[in-house]
Amino acid sequence: MIESKTLPTRYVTRPGEIRTSSGKTLRTDEMIINMGPQHPSTHGVLRLEIVVDGEIIVDVIPHIGYLHRCFEKHAEHMSNYQQVIPYADRMDYVAAMNMEHGYAVAVERMLKLEVPERVEYIRVIMAELQRIASHLIAVGTFGIDAGAFTPFLYAFHDREHILDLFEMTCGARLLYNYIWVGGLSHDLPEQFVDKCKEFCVYFKPRIKQFNDLLTYNEIFVKRCANVGVLPKDVAINYACSGPMLRASGVNWDLRRDDPYSIYNRFEWEPQVGKGEMGTVGDTWDRHIVRMREMEQSVKIIEQALEGIPAGNVQAAIPKKIRPEVGEIYARTETPRGELGYYVMSDGSASPFRVKARSPAFVNLSVLPEISRGGMLADLVLIAGSVDIVLGEVDR
Amino acid sequence: MSAVKGYFHNIWLALSTVAIGMKITFKHLFVPAVTVQYPDVKMKLPDRARNRLYVNIDDCIGCDQCAMACPVDCITIETVKSTPDQDLGTTSTGHKKRLHVSVFDIDIAKCCYCALCVYPCPTECIVMTDVYEFSEFDRKNLIYNYSIMTPHEIDAAREKLKKAEEEAAAKKAAAAAAKAAPAPSAQTLAAPMTGGAVGTPTKTEGSNAAQSPKPTTPAPDSSGQTGNS
Amino acid sequence: MDALDNLGVWGSVLVALVWSALPVVFILLYALVTLYMEMKVAAHMQDRLAYMRTGWHGTLQPFADILKLLQKEDTISQAADKKLFILAPYVVFIGTYAAFSAIPFSSIYIGSNIDLGAFFVVAVSSLVVVGILMGGWASNNKWSIFGAMRSAAQMVSYEIPTALAILIAVMITGSLNLQEVTKFQEGGIHNWLIFGGPLPLTQKLLLIPFTLVTFLILFIASLAEVNRTPFDLPEAESELVQGFNTEYSGMRFAMFYLAEYANMFLVSGVAVALFLGGWSSPFGSFLSGPVWGLFWFIGKGMVLVFLQIWIRWTLPRLRVDQLMYISWKVLTPFMFACIFGVGLILVL
Repeated sequence: MIESKTLPTRYVTRPGEIRTSSGKTLRTDEMIINMGPQHPSTHGVLRLEIVVDGEIIVDVIPHIGYLHRCFEKHAEHMSNYQQVIPYADRMDYVAAMNMEHGYAVAVERMLKLEVPERVEYIRVIMAELQRIASHLIAVGTFGIDAGAFTPFLYAFHDREHILDLFEMTCGARLLYNYIWVGGLSHDLPEQFVDKCKEFCVYFKPRIKQFNDLLTYNEIFVKRCANVGVLPKDVAINYACSGPMLRASGVNWDLRRDDPYSIYNRFEWEPQVGKGEMGTVGDTWDRHIVRMREMEQSVKIIEQALEGIPAGNVQAAIPKKIRPEVGEIYARTETPRGELGYYVMSDGSASPFRVKARSPAFVNLSVLPEISRGGMLADLVLIAGSVDIVLGEVDR
Repeated sequence: MSAVKGYFHNIWLALSTVAIGMKITFKHLFVPAVTVQYPDVKMKLPDRARNRLYVNIDDCIGCDQCAMACPVDCITIETVKSTPDQDLGTTSTGHKKRLHVSVFDIDIAKCCYCALCVYPCPTECIVMTDVYEFSEFDRKNLIYNYSIMTPHEIDAAREKLKKAEEEAAAKKAAAAAAKAAPAPSAQTLAAPMTGGAVGTPTKTEGSNAAQSPKPTTPAPDSSGQTGNS
Repeated sequence: MDALDNLGVWGSVLVALVWSALPVVFILLYALVTLYMEMKVAAHMQDRLAYMRTGWHGTLQPFADILKLLQKEDTISQAADKKLFILAPYVVFIGTYAAFSAIPFSSIYIGSNIDLGAFFVVAVSSLVVVGILMGGWASNNKWSIFGAMRSAAQMVSYEIPTALAILIAVMITGSLNLQEVTKFQEGGIHNWLIFGGPLPLTQKLLLIPFTLVTFLILFIASLAEVNRTPFDLPEAESELVQGFNTEYSGMRFAMFYLAEYANMFLVSGVAVALFLGGWSSPFGSFLSGPVWGLFWFIGKGMVLVFLQIWIRWTLPRLRVDQLMYISWKVLTPFMFACIFGVGLILVL
């Protein structure tokens, strides 16, 4: 008999439960399984302690912190605001451009700094390219969780093109240090616009191929439909954001609803889950929302490429960043959801406090709620559909 | 009736989507592989690629900007000031070098390849190259020592600096003493006229020096202080 | 057969041993080839190269893999049930290998020409279930037990469509002896049972839809018998590490692996013998004969094995309850419908 500390005391016992004289409810017939910090699903070091009754899940307790690298503490000890950017990259390493963008937006708002048009256009292109790359990883690893190994490799093949574009611009493939406070570190090389246009033309049929192979495959649909349903009100109460929230039917996208940068100049639609293959808010909806968001990102990139003005990307980079005493919370939309930076300044050149509100951390908290009552095989899919990156969860 | 129809529809969907998926993978059997067989074939990196750091130590003026800019503190720089009579030359960009760079260590194991050290360098002597194959068996070999001064040279430079500072301090003390005691100096000026030995000025200067407090290296401050007080 | 009488007891025992050891030789060679084929086919479907460094384009890699497995440390956890743990891989292999004795490789080679061939194959290959359950239980590991339970449920459920599909072939041919069934289909591709068999034209045309469906169902059920994707939940790598295989290392793991590949060929061989004409040449009398027969049989078997590999690398995995649903609520009713239809056509 296992005394379950996580379950509340109930006054009515269910089958398999025993009520002790002290009033606690004891459950029988359970097994506690550890999906340990290392497991073959490619999600990083997350420990899931699963209380299971046969094949049905009774409770899931995530244990995090295995990848905590003290980002916020490091940020306090940097000698200036620009030095925090490499650390911000490394939080969510698969969506590094978005992390840098969020921080730059926060500090620029605090300084009331206007950046040149060209910088804004390039930032949007980079952020959307990074969104595609991140979603490719998400859907690829989701396929592996479901047992399909091939779509993952097709997704990574496409991702290579994006990483080549990034490498051409700033020299690094994964952790860029490209979007600085007030501008960018390099201007675009000459062949970037053509290569990016080529990529957009190449990528659209690949999305269709991926959908044919995985998304609309009946076996996959049957695995994902009606699994891990996240109702609208639960999603809002748990402060979920990003594709998780939109898949539950909430039409909320920070790029449109709390605009930053120049997103309001482009024509695109936030994608909302409609429950086409099952219930609204199941894992299939999250998957299809990510696939469709990739298409929308391509649309934004094409529009941005048409309209890039000329200019100097380093004109507005301040020599010394010394904001006034104060604080600011600025939020941006990363592939995982709402990333918020809460920056406090005490008037010196080094930040007093930088807190990162990590979307994956908040989204992960809803995992126990949506996996109770499901099967063990479903839990892997649900954890995959939340799309966590442990670097961001643990910071 | 719809349950039965749904049942058959399901089966039809399953078979057709499976067939579509299999067609895609079959077509990919004939697509040439995209693998680059690494040790035999190496891809060419773009111009801006950021890999191992390299420092052209001849161009380094020891300004410490790169060490201050590094977010992980992987650069250690120690310099020794040069004396005015030493000519360390100019860098290829035209900056005059005034410091001996005695220690310039980069711990490449700590480096995060952010290139924040490259931007502030006034002479562009620290660059990120495209070398990415630099594994070592011993971790100590990952600390790159770029300075070309031998310990002997460093000691010599320090000695020279010390001596120059001492001399400067002595001169300063002497000048301060000369200002503080004008009469002995009139005597010293008169002494050579009386036809004394040429060596006498030094004697009187030596006596003058004996009168004023003996300057030692920290003493310039104290003599200044005594002068002030 | 007359020559054997003159050899005496020891002579005939020796001959019997050699005769029955030939499939082992075949299985070992075939396993090496299939290991290589699986890796290369998987790689090219994913736009990448597989092994390129061991031997020309990696042809020596299967040898390297087997050598590696053989020289690994043999770990048995302390709490494991030693006897069952050691016995399990052998039981699985024996279950598969015993069924090989009834498969006709060629017109002159069949392990044992028993009149109950098809029945024997289905019955003896159920030993594999016993072996897997032994392996999972004896490992004393929660994940292994999960895998073993799922695997046992899966294999037992999918034997029903398999047996029913075999029943249809038996109904058309009238004999359980696999050699007889193959001889029945001699004479060219139009005589294969999948296209109705050598029957009068009206009967044949009416039979074709049923035999096509039956072959498809036999193929799907055989995928489940060998635990391949989409039915590989017992070995689901993303959840259970390796399922019932988790605690096995080295030689024992190699045994399981070999048994899995042998099983793949076994079910392909049965499907080929029953529906695709076995060792008979598709061109009738051209390119036929005992040695050619061997070539055709192995060739057709390899085509089906390639199909299994192709499906594995395309499809995602089914969940346990969906697996059961397919077996009991889709395959079995369709098989009953086919039996009814075929019976009706044969009688009329």
